[in-house]
Amino acid sequence: MGQTIIEKILSNKSGKNVTVGDIVVATVDYVMGQDGTSPLAINAYRAMEGKKLFDPARVALVIDHSSPSPLEAVSNLHTLMRSFARETGCKLYDVGEGVCHQLMLETGRIGPGSLVVGADSHTCTYGALNAFSTGVGSTDLAAALISGKMWFKVPETIKFVCNGKLPPGVYSKDLILFLIGQVTADGATYLSAEYTGEAIRAMSIEARFTVANMAIEMGAKAGLMEADEKTFDWVKRFGGSGFEAVAADADAVYARVLEYDVSALEPQLAKPHRVDNVAPLSELAGTPIHQAVIGTCTNGRLEDLRIAAEILKGRKVSPDVRFIIAPASREIYVQAMREGLLETLVLAGGAVVTPGCGPCVGTHNGVPSDGETVISTANRNFKGRMGNRNAEIYLGSPATVMASAITGKITDPREFL
Amino acid sequence: MQLQGKAWKFGDNIDTDQIIPARYLNTSDPAELAKHCMEDADVGFAAAVNDGDLIVGGSNFGCGSSREHAPISIKSAGVSCVIAASFARIFYRNAFNIGLPILECAEAVAGITQGDAVAVDAGTGMIKNLTTGKDYQAKPIPPFMQEVIAAGGLIEHVKRKLG
Repeated sequence: MGQTIIEKILSNKSGKNVTVGDIVVATVDYVMGQDGTSPLAINAYRAMEGKKLFDPARVALVIDHSSPSPLEAVSNLHTLMRSFARETGCKLYDVGEGVCHQLMLETGRIGPGSLVVGADSHTCTYGALNAFSTGVGSTDLAAALISGKMWFKVPETIKFVCNGKLPPGVYSKDLILFLIGQVTADGATYLSAEYTGEAIRAMSIEARFTVANMAIEMGAKAGLMEADEKTFDWVKRFGGSGFEAVAADADAVYARVLEYDVSALEPQLAKPHRVDNVAPLSELAGTPIHQAVIGTCTNGRLEDLRIAAEILKGRKVSPDVRFIIAPASREIYVQAMREGLLETLVLAGGAVVTPGCGPCVGTHNGVPSDGETVISTANRNFKGRMGNRNAEIYLGSPATVMASAITGKITDPREFL
Repeated sequence: MQLQGKAWKFGDNIDTDQIIPARYLNTSDPAELAKHCMEDADVGFAAAVNDGDLIVGGSNFGCGSSREHAPISIKSAGVSCVIAASFARIFYRNAFNIGLPILECAEAVAGITQGDAVAVDAGTGMIKNLTTGKDYQAKPIPPFMQEVIAAGGLIEHVKRKLG
């Protein structure tokens, strides 16, 4: 019987031929924690009487959720992470380096066939590189830090076949929001997702990261894609080598196969307070907004900033809107500076904050006030997500967010193309 | 393990941001986390909940962030068990790892209303609604998870394996 991508990766990493429902102990290639989750993991590591990491060269801690620290208590947690990294020899990414997932994508150590666990739910992003990567809690992370292994139940797979070509002004973010709306927030719980089809193949690797990033918003354990030239080009760019593509067999068995033609897709938005509360933009056009955010592990990449700058060039952000830009990594920040993108965005009314998660996770960098409405390129719009339970959040593509920031109300970006 | 208390009902898709908002993740202290448990779903919950009480959620309980602070805040608030129609997978693992009993049972969720007295046998998954007199059987806990529970959580489990 044929295997899905995740069955193959878990077979390779557990050293036996696995099938759906098996419980396996698999070796991990890379382990990551961020500043929200690492302190608990360090405590658990101590409680487990951990003496050393399984391989310090394959462990990274990232200070990105509250970066730079807005509070004394957080500063102390950051110091705890820094001392742990010094003691164990693992890599520490400090303030200003970027969002953990973007940094992991830029290591060159994660590529086709890799198995990665991270104490952050959006670890599923690396699925776009044909890797099985998944979010875990802090205690699981501590066990992986010590043993280099993790147990998994081999999941069933839900396959999304996206045919056709996305129209101009409609992006990978619109597609993944649409898919989440179709299957709902728990439509893929305990399942692995595979995204394939002409529309996925046509996407840039950065656009694919956006799709894989949001697999968790349908409950999925992973969001996997096939490897192609774009995948290997990306990994090579960061010095990675030795990876082999993992493809699903033609006779692999799927829990569900869903086919869509994306050629007529409109820009989509997730409405408050759920990511699967999705509607075509046309139904929401004209809704006033107070803050616009472009950034995060979903859409803070160079391609996203280019799209935003292209729309904003020669225009101004509405005086009624605060426009916040958070590049996903230092690499992106510098490149956006060199290309003049930041100049365009800032002179038209934008405010650039430190590369990191700040505005998305509600710890600092743009907490909305009571009754305000935010439009963001992030991946979550839960109640209170940005730090205020009395604010509302809409999620859309960078183009939609930019167009809306210009007019001060939800606006179809195709009006500016 | 016999657990008993009053039921606190919540709806579907209770995410971890509602269970413990990120603005309180500046501490790992369970007692501090307990003070803000379920704050963005029900502001008064943490102050009103009594030791032994149960949370009864709908489908996809614990979706969203991987923060282990979520099950920790529930456990340290005194909640003895969470019953839900289904759990998000990271929360599911985290709850077992830190020793918070959780049970999947859609029928019990449908048959329990706010304030009902509920008794649970966490070992067998038998749920009794003492207010209505109805019994429900939760889905069995996977054998690997039972090992973790028997060890008293993942920390003890790993220590034993290392030892």
